[in-house]
Amino acid sequence: MTDRSSSPTAADSATERPPLLEMRGITKRYPGVVANDDINLDVGPGEIHALLGENGAGKSTLMNILYGLAAPDEGEILLNGQPIEIDGPSDAIRRGISMVHQHFMLVPVLTVAENILLGDEPMANPVFLDRGAAHARIRELSAFFGFEVDPDAKVENLSVGWQQRVEILKALYRRADILVLDEPTAVLTPQETREIFTVLRRLTAELGTSIIFISHKLYEVLEIADRITVIRRGRVVGTRIPSETDEDDLAELMVGREVQLTVDRGESHPADVALQVNGLQVKDDRGRQVVHDVGFEVRAGEILGIAGVAGNGQDELVEALLGLRPVSGGSVTLGGAPITGASPRQLHSLGVGFVPADRHRYGLVLSFPLTDNLSLNDYYHAPFARGLVRNDAEIRAHAERLVEEYDVRTPSVTANAQTLSGGNQQKLVVGREFDGDLTLLVLDQPTRGLDVGSVEFIHKQAIAKRDAGVAVLLVSAELDEVLELSDRIGVMYRGRLVKILDARATDREEVGLLMATGGRDAEPPVDAPTVAS
Amino acid sequence: MIEVLYGIPVLGLLFQFVGYLIEVLPIIAPTIIGAATPIALGAMCGFMNERSGVVNIGIEGMMLTAAFVAWWVASLSAQLLPGDPIGPMGMSPALLVGLVAAIGAAMLVSLVHAWLSITVRADQIISGVIINIFAVGITGYLNLLISRSAPPSAGQFRAWDAPAFLADIPVIGWLLHALLSQGPIGLSLLVAVIVMQVLLFRSRWGLRTRAVGEHPEAAETVGIDVVALRYRNVILGGVFAGLAGAYLTIEFGNSFQGEMTNGRGFIALAALIFGRWTPLGSFGAALLFTASEGIQRAVRFGPPEGALGDFLSSVPTQFYSALPYLITIIILAGVVGRSIAPAADGRPYSREKREKRAKASA
Amino acid sequence: MTDAPAQGEPMREEGHRPPSTVTRLVRLGLLPAMAILLALVVGAVIMIASSPLVSGSVDLGLPLTAYGALVSGSFGSFDAIINTLVQATPLILAGLAVGVGFKAGLFNIGAQGQFLMGGLAAAAVGVATAGLPPIAAIPLALMAGVAAGFAYGFIPGFLKAFTGAHEVVTTIMLNYVAIQIIAYVVSGPLRGENVSFARTETITSAALPVLAGRNGHIGIAFALVAVPIIAWLLFRSTLGFEIRTVGANPEAARYAGMRPRLLTILTMAISGLLAGLAGATVILGTVGHIPAAYATGVGFDAIAVALLGRSHPVGILFAGLLFGAMRAGSGLMQIQAGIPVQMVNVLQAVILFFLTAEVIVRYLFRVRAETAEMSELKTITGSYGTGQAVK
Repeated sequence: MTDRSSSPTAADSATERPPLLEMRGITKRYPGVVANDDINLDVGPGEIHALLGENGAGKSTLMNILYGLAAPDEGEILLNGQPIEIDGPSDAIRRGISMVHQHFMLVPVLTVAENILLGDEPMANPVFLDRGAAHARIRELSAFFGFEVDPDAKVENLSVGWQQRVEILKALYRRADILVLDEPTAVLTPQETREIFTVLRRLTAELGTSIIFISHKLYEVLEIADRITVIRRGRVVGTRIPSETDEDDLAELMVGREVQLTVDRGESHPADVALQVNGLQVKDDRGRQVVHDVGFEVRAGEILGIAGVAGNGQDELVEALLGLRPVSGGSVTLGGAPITGASPRQLHSLGVGFVPADRHRYGLVLSFPLTDNLSLNDYYHAPFARGLVRNDAEIRAHAERLVEEYDVRTPSVTANAQTLSGGNQQKLVVGREFDGDLTLLVLDQPTRGLDVGSVEFIHKQAIAKRDAGVAVLLVSAELDEVLELSDRIGVMYRGRLVKILDARATDREEVGLLMATGGRDAEPPVDAPTVAS
Repeated sequence: MIEVLYGIPVLGLLFQFVGYLIEVLPIIAPTIIGAATPIALGAMCGFMNERSGVVNIGIEGMMLTAAFVAWWVASLSAQLLPGDPIGPMGMSPALLVGLVAAIGAAMLVSLVHAWLSITVRADQIISGVIINIFAVGITGYLNLLISRSAPPSAGQFRAWDAPAFLADIPVIGWLLHALLSQGPIGLSLLVAVIVMQVLLFRSRWGLRTRAVGEHPEAAETVGIDVVALRYRNVILGGVFAGLAGAYLTIEFGNSFQGEMTNGRGFIALAALIFGRWTPLGSFGAALLFTASEGIQRAVRFGPPEGALGDFLSSVPTQFYSALPYLITIIILAGVVGRSIAPAADGRPYSREKREKRAKASA
Repeated sequence: MTDAPAQGEPMREEGHRPPSTVTRLVRLGLLPAMAILLALVVGAVIMIASSPLVSGSVDLGLPLTAYGALVSGSFGSFDAIINTLVQATPLILAGLAVGVGFKAGLFNIGAQGQFLMGGLAAAAVGVATAGLPPIAAIPLALMAGVAAGFAYGFIPGFLKAFTGAHEVVTTIMLNYVAIQIIAYVVSGPLRGENVSFARTETITSAALPVLAGRNGHIGIAFALVAVPIIAWLLFRSTLGFEIRTVGANPEAARYAGMRPRLLTILTMAISGLLAGLAGATVILGTVGHIPAAYATGVGFDAIAVALLGRSHPVGILFAGLLFGAMRAGSGLMQIQAGIPVQMVNVLQAVILFFLTAEVIVRYLFRVRAETAEMSELKTITGSYGTGQAVK
């Protein structure tokens, strides 16, 4: 099922030669939580070692310790058999450890060259930078990997995929022996992922670089890794070699119980058209048109998924549908009635529920009690308020009912939302938005950053709403989520809805290709082996 | 030459105004530059702070403190040290001691600002407010106590006698001559503006400062010590606030009055914004701001002839004074050419927070 | 489903049992009280250190004399207490102005300018209505002051909402514009006829009536009434809920159908209204005219008041009374102890310092006090660099 033939020697030798890096008995505690509990990890030269775990399992904490961003409470780190103390990122870099962070660590207003050499600047003299030398080295590095990047381009003007490449160049510029990649494929299409994998294999094969590859995507890890270490709740629960394991085994290790990798979404029974979008045009904050002539319909009782690489107009589309952004052309109707440009409040009263991508930012007021958060949409009308006067008793009764119904674990409805766990916070949002008579439910990356249990809960609730006759629009950059839940799948590419597919008649490969190219090129120029999953 | 254009309706007035400026600017240039110097120095202090991500609205208080310390320490030293100039431009030991003390005092205040802003991670505006209130209080308090014994003034620095041939250079000669005909603090500003401008865009320090001011997390991950860099820049910024304060009491004038900075620290903030957070731009903005008052004075003493003169004389003097503030609001609102601050300006940097965020997304 | 408590986000203990009101009040008041205490100590050290300049020799008793005079000047007699209230009135009103802004995540440094514009408008109308009976003149002059403050707060609110110009910078600039406007209006069109320096005519009919003591004008009541009104507005009304939501999380407010843009403008305008009322009260109740070079620090003291009062109306009431008392007593302190009135500024700055650098207070007193309210403030200017317009 996987093809790792490009670096067989590295894989074999990893187990024989002494490890390049060893982390022994690493323990890190934060107030109220043990993020890393006696973790052991070793990486051989030229090895790709995958670190697999759920959100919040402790992978990033471990890597932050390796990178000197956090100090372990217990345990030691050995490099080439010698115990070392890593005192900050500059120390890590000096020892040949580089890290590509999940959220890119690039300064948008600086150029590619400035970003790459920042912190390790070639100097013409003790004061001034040597730009010529920097540019030459960047050109040489990028030529080696077969992509050319303009050193003088501003990073803010690059696409996500190119920013990823700049991040990798940044690490290579520092001549990394050990390269840590934290969820590097989260924002990439399957095709871009494959290109990055090619680069990584060249790195291990030709430069002997060791790579720690952090992910929660099972098939990716099986494809790229020489060894896989699985972490759950801060502990190592097992190490596997790809040829001796499969997705089900890894999933069970990762979650700690048997998991159904796919939700049983059952048969959908689409009824009348609920949401009808015609020729929608939307502009972004800078006034550029980013949604072009988008049209689709969502029927009551079905889930329409919108897939696409982040930044292809999905955010603006969702905002426009929800009355958060002006529509510059086209029309939207809900149950036949025009709602183009309706305010969020009007939409809410028409039975539109919305679960936003980032609950901390858009869904909750963390410093407010649950009572206020659960009436955030309805605080202004009866029974929660009369005129300007709020009715605390009703607000509280409402909160207590929802907390009960949606099983939110909290000591009291007057506790602040920030005291709840991530999963319970998301249940707050779901409870508020799913409550009442819904016509349309918009889910924008509803499970980002959640553990498997919470993801299951939300997926089941969404399917239950669908089966109750609600039209569901799911927008997600996470292709797996779209594939899993949707009855039909639309793909956004450069602001256009390029195609709508029947979910049962398509696969990851087809959708991924549409995400990457918009479907205009028949065959993509990809030379990497095909993923079969 | 230009006079022939004055006859054109409406536009002619504009030409006449330009002609008037060409005529009076060489005369009022020294006044404009003298008024601009403390503002530009204050803006340099703000530049050092804000480029590395620390908002500083306490420039006013830092300048006031330095002005008082320069004057008081110079006065005390004058009673102990020989008062005769030992160097050019009236540099006496007492004045030099006063200057050093002023710089030290402003650096000390900057250290407090750095500590509150960077280590305590308090709201940086509040830190600035504290500095301003404290400076008004402590300098006013001590000044009243000291003035009971009427201490002698230590005098002031003199302007450098710039070579006269400079003035003969066509077109810019008058400006060059006026810029160089300044005391040691005024001259040091010129050097600082040029040096800092070059360093900001060409040096390692400049690159790192810009990175830290825009995206401290990214800077940290490539091994730059964000906290140390911010501390260093904020404290070094104090040097400029110290020079600005000292300029008022031992170069431009030779005495101290309570609250004598009179909003210059805030015009400095305006100049920094107008100059788009660059040394050269801020210096230009400071000149532009003070030019408006200089022109107002010129109009009062010798207005141009005819309709233009009537018009310029009829504009209230207060309008000229308010102009820098109005221009800054307009610029900030983006009505004409948007001015955008460093992205991390005012945002306290927390390494633990980064850690926590990374953990939450793990 | 199994509820896996996500490891990244621990349950905090505070959520378990809401503490009783008394405990909460003690916790809330503890830090400010200790900051005040420490500031008095620092003030004493400064006085002792500078005592050779006061009396010629080191005088360890000087702080006692000075603080004694400060207390008796502010609370020592009926007139002193009235004077404290008079001094506290604008501080409370302007403090509420700044505090309301804080609740919406706005840092209104412009209370000073709004105060001045309110005072100017009240003076202009107060002079113009000299022929009317007080029952008509007073409300007109007050309304003019309130309206001017409202308008002067509206401007930075509008600029922030629609262009992203940060209110800290625009309000600082507007403070200086206000000074120039007063200088122009009062030395020109509004200049009184038989006055020795540039000022307006004395306000007669519109002067606030004195109800108690020498100068206890009715404006004191405005401040005392404003406190519960603002408290009700913030904590019991839907508008207050919207203001607080926008302050705590503008994005969530927008997603919930509130209008952050409108609320930003409205909050700044309400803030300006309160500061304008403060200015009108001072001009109509205490000064009786407005000079062309009117110097006051009320707008800046208001920031200190709002911070010390933790931007809660009741806290602001107490903080305003404290700072008012210090202002009222400072005259006697200068006369009896020879300590210049600027010592009050020093004390205010040091109180704010300890409040901000609460780590010092915690270390010195080993207290575990509530910080939630202050941490709210820590993030206000985090948006300074973004220059984003409100959506």
